[in-house]
Parts: sequence; structure tokens; C-alpha cells
Amino acid sequence: MTGAADKARAIIESYDGPALRIMEVCGTHTHEIFRLGIRGLLPPQVRLISGPGCPVCVTPPGFIDEAVMLGLEHDVTVCTFGDLVRVPGTDMSLAGARSKGARVQVVYSPLDAVDYARDHASEQVTFLSVGFETTTPANCLAVERADAAGLGNFSLLTANKTMPQAYQALKGSADAFLYPGHVCAITGTRAEEDLVGQGVSGVVCGFTAPEIMCALAIILRRSQEGRPFFANAYPRVVTREGNKGAQGLVARLMEPCDATWRGLGEIPGSGMRLRDAYAAYDARRKFDLPHVEGRSNPACRCGDVLRGACTPHDCPLFGKVCTPQHPVGACMVSGEGACSAYYQYGGEQL
Amino acid sequence: MSDTVMLAHGAGGRQTAELIDTVFKAHFDNPHLTADDAAVLPRPAGPIAMTTDGFIVSPPFFPGGNIGKLSVCGTVNDLACMGARPLYLTCSFVIEEGFPLERLEQVVSAMSATAAEAGVEIVAGDTKVAGRGQVDNLFITTTGVGEVMPGTHLAGDAARPGDKVIVTGDIGRHGCTILLARDEFGIDADVTTDCAPLWGPVKAMLDTTSDVHVIRDATRGGVGTVLYEIAGESSVSVELDAEAVPVAPEVRGVCDMLGLDPLYLACEGTMVVFAPADVADDVVAALRATDHSHGAAVIGTVSADHPGKVIMRTSIGTRTLLPQPTGELLPRIC
Ligand code: SF4
Repeated sequence: MTGAADKARAIIESYDGPALRIMEVCGTHTHEIFRLGIRGLLPPQVRLISGPGCPVCVTPPGFIDEAVMLGLEHDVTVCTFGDLVRVPGTDMSLAGARSKGARVQVVYSPLDAVDYARDHASEQVTFLSVGFETTTPANCLAVERADAAGLGNFSLLTANKTMPQAYQALKGSADAFLYPGHVCAITGTRAEEDLVGQGVSGVVCGFTAPEIMCALAIILRRSQEGRPFFANAYPRVVTREGNKGAQGLVARLMEPCDATWRGLGEIPGSGMRLRDAYAAYDARRKFDLPHVEGRSNPACRCGDVLRGACTPHDCPLFGKVCTPQHPVGACMVSGEGACSAYYQYGGEQL
Repeated sequence: MSDTVMLAHGAGGRQTAELIDTVFKAHFDNPHLTADDAAVLPRPAGPIAMTTDGFIVSPPFFPGGNIGKLSVCGTVNDLACMGARPLYLTCSFVIEEGFPLERLEQVVSAMSATAAEAGVEIVAGDTKVAGRGQVDNLFITTTGVGEVMPGTHLAGDAARPGDKVIVTGDIGRHGCTILLARDEFGIDADVTTDCAPLWGPVKAMLDTTSDVHVIRDATRGGVGTVLYEIAGESSVSVELDAEAVPVAPEVRGVCDMLGLDPLYLACEGTMVVFAPADVADDVVAALRATDHSHGAAVIGTVSADHPGKVIMRTSIGTRTLLPQPTGELLPRIC
């Protein structure tokens, strides 16, 4: 291990300051932190909370209902990443809709969905566009490609979300954030730097063991200074300006809108939708979908888990009724979800 | 003769006889393969091990092998896992109408070469032809008979606390090869299957010591799945040392890109072995001196705590549970 990592580890293991709640925003961090056993290094007063950074987890049931409606009532071929197929909607998941005859096609990238639309000209094809700043550019690229190819049968059902508004909504739940390195690689770090002025602290974090330990060590050190702080602990990938090309692409095609997050409710300005110029590629407008108010299983505590208000172990269904094979809530479906990570890696029990 | 397989080739008439003569007999020729209804075979001295397996891999040709080679290796390796020297195989083909005869020859010649290497005779066979779309190219089922080496008592419930866990080579190569051969990810990487007949490595181990507890080949579900199976069957836990697990750099690269764990990718030429600590070094040395197992390594230890679980010691020295296999494995892989 590198010298920096050894030093970080020593800082983490010898921390004797006050209690601290650190929220890992990103689902990939949740997963890697468990996989690497990093929770095992932390002193007891330091708690890691799994936040809302898994796109599948924060997608509300109403979105699944819309997708099911497209598949069953509008005869649309629904193209999606595999995880979303098993997320429960109000009445059924997309897997359920498929068993009732809907065409649901699993793809590995939105561009595959464009190819599918080109090869199946007689079908209407909608790609389920979920994700944060990392995946939104690829979704925009898909629309741009479809537009260039004159594909009248391709559209997006958007549930794209942006992170900075979520940090503000969550600032009472944690003392500091581990900011998602992949998101910041696209967006740059100005938004996170500005949050310092609003009392929100955090450190941009990479994904290897040394990178995660370094970011945690910086949080432990800086939080003792008593002032809000920001640091970029992933400089090998993340710059202040971010990826201008990707930012420009998104800005050309999309604009901010209000968005509903599972567990957090509606957060103003935290979503992205296609601009009017691209309305023909917006499935909601194209198929004139009604507003859907979805409901989740009332016993599922995904909402509290996503806010860090409880851990998956506090959910009465965890590991008994709700398992990765039979997920009740979205947090158990996605490999990046907190419930699935707790289940797979045995939580903090080893 | 036409250059593709036709329905008439499976109808039992003249065309069937022609296919058998020109393709199967030509390659599988041995004294026990006759035109009679069953092979009559000498009785071996020891107990008999017998197994059967169906192969429906898609695509049927991939870097380092094809479904024919796989269908021989899969069955002889199952026999070898029980400490049985493979003796005889039978094979049954279901071929899709229109399958090119030239490709069938390649499959059959790979079977014959692999059988020769493994020291087995193919003593009986059957061919059916199915209509277009009813099978995916061709399906092969092989059945194998072997003679169990005296003094071996290999079984999945025989792992004991203190045993060392050994793999016979680097892991995940077959699964990775098939994934890439499907061309769904747009990734180019130089990965070939590990598919190989493994009686040689097993014999080398058993010649060194008869005190080996478990041998299992890590096919569908990979090494991670085997570790969970054995931990469950033997009511023990396995402590896996993540750093010690051999993975080819190309396989590691592909897995990192796709978010997969090589521990869950299929192997077709790699086994997991549980042996007492005092013989483990000798077993590894014997494996390393044998073809198809030069990369053998100790990857973990058996313990009595947390029965049924696989615990991983990570690269930074912490411990986590190895996630249980989800059962969502690649379809049509072996
Ligand atoms: S364990 Fe299942 S039901 Fe409980 S909060 Fe998590 S996803 Fe929801």
C-alpha cells in the first residue's frame, strides 16, 4: 500500500474526536466500502450512512408505473438497464408487465436502444433515462443520434437527477459528504465548493481503497477544525471545471425541472428534462402520459434508508421477506442499493 | 453430400449412415465403437464413477475452443473430481437443420483430440436433427464412465477446519471469453477459455497424497459458487484471501470495466481443492509441475466459525462476507 494510504489509515484508526456522521452519496461508494471492509477500520463514533446516490433506488414508483403504462397501453418497446426491470411499481414491475405481454428490452447503453429503434422501424421505442450527471450525457447523446438519423420512433422517459440540490435537502442528516467522484468528473466541483457557504462539508472521493481511506481521513481531520470545508481527494480524475463537452451537450438538450426522489420527496430544480426543441423525443409529451402518483409498499423503509434515518437492519422486512431474489423495495434490487449491499456483505456483523 | 446438416441426416436412413461414416466414425475410431446397439466394455477393477452433462453454449465457437472440446472436458472433469480416471464417453448430438458440415467436423475433431488427450474412448453416440430455430446451432450431451482410484474418498461434505483451499489455475477465463465472444459490450480483449481436461492434474495430486478432501470443478457460477457450496455441504466457513486469488490481467480488466467479479465467472479448466494444511504445499507443487495447472495457488483456509459462509480478507486486511452468488448467471455458457 502507498505511504499516503498508510497515513490515512493511521488517521482513521486513531481518531478520538467527537461523533461524526459521514454520508457516502454514491451507490458505487456504498458497494466498494463494503467490499473492501472499510467500515471495519472506523472507530465506533464515526458512522457511515448510505445516501441517495443509487439511481435505481431514488427512482419513485410512479416512474415505473409510467414505463409499465407505455409498455402495456401504448404498445411501446421499453428499453432499459437490467436493474430497473425488477423494481416494484405501484401494481407491478416491468418484469410483471413483460409477463403480461409488454416488450421490455434490456440494453447496456442508451445507444443500444437507438440501434434497436433503427432496426425495428415499426415499433415505438422508449429508453428509461435514469441516472445522475454521469449518465445524463449519454442519454442526451442518444437523442442527438436519433435526431440526426431521423428516427421518429425513439424517445426517452426521463427521470434524470442532479446532485447539488440533494446535498442541501440532506444537510441535516450528515456532518459531511463523501462526494461522488464520477459525478464530479463531469460537473467539476464549483457547486460543492459553493455549498461550504451554506454550511455543507464534503470531500470528493475516488473508488480505490487508498482513495476512499484518504478521503475519509481528510474528513476526520478537517471536521475537527470546526468550520465547513471542501476538498478534492480525487484530483487524478476530477477538475474544478469538469468535462465541458459533456456539460455543453446536456445544456443543449436538457433543462432543469423539479423532481421527485424516493424517500426525499420533491426537490425543486433537482431533475432534468428535454427542452421544448426536443419534445418529440420526450415520451411523456409524445404519448401524453397522465401524471402518476405512485405508491410503494408501506412497510418498506427505503425512504428512511436513503435519508440515512435508519439502516437496512431497522427494516422489519430486511433479509426475511425482502432479499435480492425477492426484493420488496428498490434499495434491495440494485447492486448499488444500501439494502442489497448490507445483505450481500453481512452489514456490520462480521 | 450437401455442405449443411439436413433433416434427412437425422432420419435414420442412408444419409444418416453417410454422416456417421464420414464425420463421426472418421474421428472417433476405436475398437469399442462398433455399429452395434451398445458398446460392450471390460469391467474395471475399482468402483465405477458415472456422470452426464448437457452443453448448449452460445456462441458454439469461441477463442481457445468450441462446444465439442467443452463437452468432453466437462464430463471427464466431473469424473476426475471424484478421483476417477476417465475411461469411456458416449455423446448425443442435437443439431439444427442448416448447420454447416464443415463446422460440425471442427466440433467432432475437437472432441476426438480432447478425448485422446484425456485418455478416454468415445464408445457410442447418437445424432438427431431438429428444425431451424428449435435448437441454437447444436446441443451436445456427453455421458462418462471412470474408474475410481483406490483409497480416495472425495466428497463435498468432507472439508474440515484447518484445510487449505487451492485453485488449480487462474480463474474466470471461460466465462469472460464467452461474454466477449457474444460481442454485446464492444470490448476487445485477448482472453481465451481455460477449457482443458484435468485428469492429469488430479492424478498428480492423488499420486502425491490420498489425503485430499474435496475436488470440485468451478464451472457455472465460478469459484465463489463452489466455495459457498462446499461451505454449506461441510458446515464450515472459508476464509478467502482476496490478494491470493490468481486472475489473468486481461480478465481483471474486463471485469473492472463491466463491474463483474471473476470469482463468479465460469471456469472450464480450473478446479477448487480442499486438502489438509500439512499436504497443501506438496499438492500445490505437484499441480504446478503438471500441464493445465501450472498456476495453482492456495487461496484460503477452512474454519469452524460462521458455518456456511465465505469470508474474504480484503486487500487492506479487513474482513467482509463474500456476496452469495445471486443465481443470475450467464445463460448458455457451458
Ligand atoms: S429491506 Fe427491502 S423493504 Fe426494507 S427498506 Fe430495504 S428494500 Fe425496502
